[in-house]
Amino acid sequence: MKMITIPKKEWPAGLAKAAGSFRLFGPVKEKEFHSFKRLDNGQLPDFSFLNTRLSPKHLVYPQSEVMLTYSLDESRADHHIMKETAADTTPRAVLGIRPCDAKAFVLVRMNFDTPDYQDPYWLRAYESTTFVGLGCESPCSSCFCTTAGCGPFHEEGLDVLLADAGDHFLANVLTEKGAAWVAAGGWTQTADAKAGERLAAMRKAAEAKITSEVQTKNLNAAETTGLYNASFWEEVSFACINCGTCTYSCPTCWCFDIQDETRGKSGVRMRHWDSCMYPLFTLHGTGHNPRGTKLHRVRQRFMHKLKYFVDKYDRGIQCVGCGRCVRLCPVNIDIRRVCGMMNSLAASGEACAID
Amino acid sequence: MLSYTETIREIAGRLLTSGAVEMVIGFRKGTVPMMNEPHFAKTPAHAQALVWDSHCGINLANYLTDRKEKIGIVAKGCDSRNIVTHIIENKIKREQLVVIGVPCLGMVDKRKIAMKCPGEITEVIEDEGSVTATGSGFSQRFEKKDVLQHNCSLCIHRNPVIHDELVAEPVAEQQGVDRYADVRSLDAMSPEQRWKYVEDLLSPCVRCYACRNACPLCYCPTCFVDEARPQWVGKGLDPQDVRTFHFLRAYHCAGRCTDCGACERACPVGINMRVFTKKLEKDCLDLFGWEAGLSIDVRPPLDTYRPQDPNDFIK
Repeated sequence: MKMITIPKKEWPAGLAKAAGSFRLFGPVKEKEFHSFKRLDNGQLPDFSFLNTRLSPKHLVYPQSEVMLTYSLDESRADHHIMKETAADTTPRAVLGIRPCDAKAFVLVRMNFDTPDYQDPYWLRAYESTTFVGLGCESPCSSCFCTTAGCGPFHEEGLDVLLADAGDHFLANVLTEKGAAWVAAGGWTQTADAKAGERLAAMRKAAEAKITSEVQTKNLNAAETTGLYNASFWEEVSFACINCGTCTYSCPTCWCFDIQDETRGKSGVRMRHWDSCMYPLFTLHGTGHNPRGTKLHRVRQRFMHKLKYFVDKYDRGIQCVGCGRCVRLCPVNIDIRRVCGMMNSLAASGEACAID
Repeated sequence: MLSYTETIREIAGRLLTSGAVEMVIGFRKGTVPMMNEPHFAKTPAHAQALVWDSHCGINLANYLTDRKEKIGIVAKGCDSRNIVTHIIENKIKREQLVVIGVPCLGMVDKRKIAMKCPGEITEVIEDEGSVTATGSGFSQRFEKKDVLQHNCSLCIHRNPVIHDELVAEPVAEQQGVDRYADVRSLDAMSPEQRWKYVEDLLSPCVRCYACRNACPLCYCPTCFVDEARPQWVGKGLDPQDVRTFHFLRAYHCAGRCTDCGACERACPVGINMRVFTKKLEKDCLDLFGWEAGLSIDVRPPLDTYRPQDPNDFIK
């Protein structure tokens, strides 16, 4: 598409204009940390953040979402009939999303939008959203996006990529959706011919700041059962307390639970995030739990992200390297370390031997 | 406190070499600043990975529940009190344990330090009494006493209450600590103010259960929030369900909580859910003169009837 310049002095007025045709969301600091919220009229997104504490996946995929409603009142003609709920699918723009978090939606889409099944709740939210990314000039020391199929200025999943160029933003308009958002803001100043080079230089500088990595190249060829039976899982899982911090803060974790919540004679069918770290996640109706110990559960999380996903989709690992699980795990279980162990085992050939 | 590391390695190595224990539970150095990872060593060589510094705030008693081995466990004051509670509640046997006691000078609060620094902290170096946090373009030194976890600043049981080994001479206990100022301020609120306070407090909760799972007291085979038949609590973010979880979790800790602070420390969104357990801790102290986990020979007030128990609630 094209590259435009948005002078920062035109940013607030343009956003106010865009708010006429888009619901605007952006990072807002509350108490201790930033999170993505609906912006009030005239409220500006606060770009003075490294990244939000929790991922913005809730924008498309709320932690708790009403799917259907019903009535148990048999005097009503529509009793016991599940009904669609109204959803606001008017256009909205998410401002300042980091490239890692935008890429995560692309990975998650592989689960919610397949030839056989399309998840209407996820898709309607996703499709109504324009992702206006913000290049990441100061990645955290625990970010490893460049080895996780992503990068601080990665464009996959974005409609516009903004780069902070001092008194203005360089806006790389990547899709029709992005062009519509730029038009709604009334920003029309085409960037000069050197803008592409400047953006490339910023990208390069940011990538050079990434000091952390994961090694993944042997995962695909590794023998699944060998990895599954690896001897290191006891050591890896020992510290784990089986909380949901890693999965709930992860932009690529997509598992959910469905619950009916009834009050009196009316009720809602809800979808809530679930976590493979929880014992209830796989508990069968019989009482049997195929993942009955924390070793099973920890192994599942890493095997899903770093092996099953790799094999199933052939699109790399189910991780964008945002580093949240590394930073937030209460007991310091580090996916970079575990990924390295899996990758080394795969390379050593030991993973080919079935115990 | 830094010199403890060598002594812990020496004791752990000795216990593993002699076969006195099959494993030693302690901490190994973390992969990010101000974090260490609970870790077990099964060989003297592995014991060399054990460390001690001011980032060992996770309560290791949590890792003993229902284990069958003979275990050496590194225990600061609060950990030792939860080990006592575990023994009283039959979650581990005293004979299984070699308690490697650590006289503790408190753990630092990584969030407090992070909030006082202008950017991301990439390294934290500790010397006796202070920590220095460094990041891109800054280096800030803090007196440890100014950045302690809140519970550590109120702690009056820094020395392990039971131990078989001691890594150093006992430290002086803090004197004249006002342990319940926060409880009094909550008590002084009107019900409406208190409700608002609790609503604000719990509003960032994502139901990850890190608080519950970091707690050594929470070992029920199935927690009430995980019960499916019948289901007691909704699974989502309805404030009523969030409150129900937090209130019931706290009540389950009454007379058992040692205010080790593992719950608050583990929370990814910085909720101080200790305000609930502190209130119950104070009630137990006021009503029964009870502090949890001080002796394996005394039954806790909530599982024993004593004629002198307060009966004022019977009208």
